[in-house]
Amino acid sequence: MTSASPRATQGRRTFLDWLLGTSVGGLAVAVLYPVARYLVPPRSAESAASTVTLPFVPDDLAPNSAKIFKFGNRPGIIVRTASGELRAFSAACTHLGCIVQHRADLGHLWCACHNGHFDLNGINIAGPPPRPLETFIVNVRGDQIVVSKGA
Amino acid sequence: MRRVRGWLAVGWTWLDDRLGLAGLGAMAKKKDVPVHRHTLWYYLGGMTLFLFLVQLATGALLLIYYRPSAEEAYESVQFLMAEVQFGWLIRSIHSWAANLMIFALFLHMFSVLLLRAYTRPRELTWISGFLLFGLALTFGFTGYLLPWNELAYFATRVGTQIIAVIPVVGEFLLRVLRGGDDVTGATLTRFYAIHVALLPATALALLGVHLYLVQRHGMSVPRSVEARGGPARRMPFFPNFFLRDLVGWLSALAILAALAAYIPAELGAKADPFASAPAGIKPEWYFMFMFQTLKYLPAHILGIEGEAVGVLGFGLGAVALLLIPFLDRGGERGGSGRAVTWFGVAIIAFIIVLTYLGYTADPTQ
Repeated sequence: MTSASPRATQGRRTFLDWLLGTSVGGLAVAVLYPVARYLVPPRSAESAASTVTLPFVPDDLAPNSAKIFKFGNRPGIIVRTASGELRAFSAACTHLGCIVQHRADLGHLWCACHNGHFDLNGINIAGPPPRPLETFIVNVRGDQIVVSKGA
Repeated sequence: MRRVRGWLAVGWTWLDDRLGLAGLGAMAKKKDVPVHRHTLWYYLGGMTLFLFLVQLATGALLLIYYRPSAEEAYESVQFLMAEVQFGWLIRSIHSWAANLMIFALFLHMFSVLLLRAYTRPRELTWISGFLLFGLALTFGFTGYLLPWNELAYFATRVGTQIIAVIPVVGEFLLRVLRGGDDVTGATLTRFYAIHVALLPATALALLGVHLYLVQRHGMSVPRSVEARGGPARRMPFFPNFFLRDLVGWLSALAILAALAAYIPAELGAKADPFASAPAGIKPEWYFMFMFQTLKYLPAHILGIEGEAVGVLGFGLGAVALLLIPFLDRGGERGGSGRAVTWFGVAIIAFIIVLTYLGYTADPTQ
């Protein structure tokens, strides 16, 4: 040690500083990176379903009423209008994702969370929702209701 | 008797040699509290602390029966309320103490704001306190979901969806927070981990910093009192102030017991991810003013989605409050701080009016 010149000591010290600095940084990354990745949930397979057959028959739906159904892992709502037509939409409100309901007294769809209103074409007509509800295609085959995503 | 006293003396000396109790005793003896017409506000921090300790104790007890899964959470709370002896009491006290703690915290924070006790050298005391306030709200938000009932389910759907308005990373953060695309059992375990492990650990550490700073700088004397020649007298912390604290804490405990007995915590219906949001859905009262504001905002403001504008506004308000010691430039030079007073009063008025509307406005109109 005593034989080393000041300059050599200086060089060695810089090197040690660098080594320590980078290994502390490396340690931090080695700890934090797995933790950060751990916190991100794994991507579950998106529901590939683009068509569902509803677990009830058309006669279960009286005019001016609606039912919630499962479209894959997301909620949908099917409405029978006062004139008897069947229409289906995504039931997730476009405002903050609450599940909408059919209000027979208003004759249209309503979200209880922030008082959003949609008409029976899924168009946002009042309140905070910024966009219309996603519309699905409804086909009745015998006594089966088949709902599918639009093209 | 004399022999017992002798043993106690020996025991005390043994501990003192190792822990330095005499030094702590001397410090406690020196601690005092200024007495003036605003002294009442000094009790609110201690009150918040007491209610927090009640939360730690009752929370630990609830863990014994609670099961954090979408299939079992609701049933385990139902079992706790119906079958477990005094289960209803523990849960009701946990729920009421949470509400009272946040109420005390609001009063504590706004009294400190209006008395401008955050000025030099107490900037960090204010910041640590404000962060604790944020943690308390997070405690409330995550705890609300744990019984997995209908109200909590939709409140969480809405509350978490708000994060998605952040540009670029919003959707990603939403997935991390929910543990998936929707509020599911994965969200429940996440919130459970945050509520019972992450938050208590962080809050205790931050509380240590906050109390150390309060201890280090002593009680702030309001400027109006300073202007009239300072406080008339000071009261020793031990035992005078501490005994008054205790009276407040015992009263709080009595109020808690009464509230828990007469208005026990409700459970409601089990959450169903495939049911319409029920009419009259509402968050905890301390989020009500934000919830109600979001109802009034139109779909678009200047081409930006209404809720994004609202969330941005609340975010800016929170940042302004956090940085108030640095924004209040008059504080250093002994200015009147009228701007801060108006800012504080405006926030309080806004919160009260919107909260009132949240509970009285017709939810369908």
